[in-house]
Amino acid sequence: MNDTKPKTIFEKIWDSHVVKNAEGYPDALFIDRHFIHEVTSPQAFDGLKKRGIKVFNTHRTTATADHNVPTKDQHLPIKEALSRHQVETLRNNCQEFGIELYDLGHPFQGIVHIIGPELGLTLPGMTIVCGDSHTSTHGAFGNIAFGIGTSEVEQVLATQCILQNKPRTMRIEINGKLSKGVLSKDIILYIISQLTASGATGYFVEYAGDTIRNLSMEARMTICNMSIEMGARGGLIAPDEITFDYIKGRRFAPQGKVFEKKVEEWKKLKTDEGAVYDAVLKFTADDIGPMITYGTNPGMGMRISDRIPTIEELKEISGQISLKKSLDYMGLEAGSQLLGKAIDYVFIGSCTNARIEDLRLVAAMVKGKKKAANVKVWVVPGSKQVEEQAKREGLDKVFEEAGFELRSPGCSACLGMNEDKVPAGKYCIATSNRNFEGRQGPKSRTFLASPLSAAAAAITGRITDVRELV
Amino acid sequence: MVVVGRYSATISQQRSTNNEIMSKEKFTRLVTTTVPLPVENIDTDQIIPARFLKATTREGFGDNLFRDWRYDSDNNPVKDFVLNTGIYSGKVLVAGKNFGCGSSREHAAWAIHDFGFKVVISSFFADIFKGNALNNGLLPVVVSDNYLQGLFIAIEKNPKTEVIVDLEKQTITVNGASESFDINLYKKICMVNGYDDIDYLLSLNSEIREFDLAHS
Repeated sequence: MNDTKPKTIFEKIWDSHVVKNAEGYPDALFIDRHFIHEVTSPQAFDGLKKRGIKVFNTHRTTATADHNVPTKDQHLPIKEALSRHQVETLRNNCQEFGIELYDLGHPFQGIVHIIGPELGLTLPGMTIVCGDSHTSTHGAFGNIAFGIGTSEVEQVLATQCILQNKPRTMRIEINGKLSKGVLSKDIILYIISQLTASGATGYFVEYAGDTIRNLSMEARMTICNMSIEMGARGGLIAPDEITFDYIKGRRFAPQGKVFEKKVEEWKKLKTDEGAVYDAVLKFTADDIGPMITYGTNPGMGMRISDRIPTIEELKEISGQISLKKSLDYMGLEAGSQLLGKAIDYVFIGSCTNARIEDLRLVAAMVKGKKKAANVKVWVVPGSKQVEEQAKREGLDKVFEEAGFELRSPGCSACLGMNEDKVPAGKYCIATSNRNFEGRQGPKSRTFLASPLSAAAAAITGRITDVRELV
Repeated sequence: MVVVGRYSATISQQRSTNNEIMSKEKFTRLVTTTVPLPVENIDTDQIIPARFLKATTREGFGDNLFRDWRYDSDNNPVKDFVLNTGIYSGKVLVAGKNFGCGSSREHAAWAIHDFGFKVVISSFFADIFKGNALNNGLLPVVVSDNYLQGLFIAIEKNPKTEVIVDLEKQTITVNGASESFDINLYKKICMVNGYDDIDYLLSLNSEIREFDLAHS
């Protein structure tokens, strides 16, 4: 291999983590950081027990309970027997195998992709995996992070490696200034609407351009988080001063002199001049407005002021069938507008948009206002630390006065595994990442949007162009 | 061991030094009728909704395969859903493109396999699902859009249409019309022989240990 060849940041990180590249085998890729949670880990631990093997390096795995936990009364035993059993199983496995667990009630507990970055466990240049497709969130720090299945969780626990074929690389560049009321959530919903739900399958994406550079770390995480929704294995952003400032002083991040030395190494994590990507796409920020989805996959999105496409506007018959099926499910008319559509629920939460900046944006918009009578509003912070910070800043009071319910941390109504479900036929505007049929509860109907658009809808009770309120 | 290509010698040598082999189901050739599901972008939430992911074992997920398409809110079978009509049966599921998108839940592959399917045919699979399927003895077969459409038409015309899936030759044949399909050679060897990735990784233990120390 010619090491002087210009490389993308992705190639630099990947190549430096290949333990073995044997002829006829996929790469044995070393994993620096492994996160686990209660839903996709029990069968992996069972595998270890059956084989009679230990965890390879317990320091490289961190556990939390998030997917299946109640967001009310977390200090009490979990009521639902199966959920309780799953969380207890995680607890027992972590104890038996010696893995650090941030259990319910622990000050570091929270959604796995929120706690990694806030604790300084997520760092540039790493390889990071978790049995959850939104692991791509961590890529915002300039690392290779992707979701894996339970068999692979077992591989990582047993060997700290997984077998992977190197994906292709895609560069998505966005330049220009975002207009008022447009957030990073709108950027990623826009990109997915352009690429479709499968447009980046087989690729690992690097997001670049000055629009991305000007975003905060939390906003960058929202973008990388949804890479999987266009099929990409993951998405990353080269680290810069904004990244280093975010990491500095975090609980498990390198400290002092070691940190300074690390920053010098991390500065080299960027794509070389002349490096070649398998695909390059460019967008301008001017084209991006507040976005909303109308269908049943995240690729079915549009500017909030646009109208839903008509069946005839779609060229492919298969696309026409999908649109018709989606709109039937959503109870919507092809060619109609969503602005002014009454909604029933507002969900502000999930690994996509439940960080402190998201809560601050929502609070700033609703301060002194009340929610519309026809809506129920759940604000579910991404972690215990986010919850505590929100309280320190008095955001809890703002939400309370507005009639919003501030819950305790967990994945909650993003996937409706716990009791936070949207009832059949009801409409929910959600800051989460998936609008699949039944995702928020059987027959629930989801509109994906930014925290600002969700907050605006909470106030008006209708789908609202946030630019009318800011 | 079945010779499937020029890499097989290397791999069998590697295996013979490894005492930890846990044998999985082997797959070589299958002749069966099929179940068609001509819907695109079938996500893993449809295959197995999140509320059924609370089990801590791998078994039994087949009961809730396509739960919300298969049963109504009162748990009665939805009469016109393909698994309930009684018209179609078999060990191959034929589905529209971008099958298995969304959540990484391996439970989706477990549910399909547990229900009795050995193969899923589509013109396009989501990456994580494809990997999960291969790790569980469920063969994802990628065919061209045209072939897939032809297959849907043939099955609709005659629900007893049989497909021949030959992993060794990497071909699929329906009514005499064959198409070859791609599969990663390593994964093919694993499927044909019932190997598991972890066996190979465990054999690299000392190299990984060295790497870990150098990068801590």
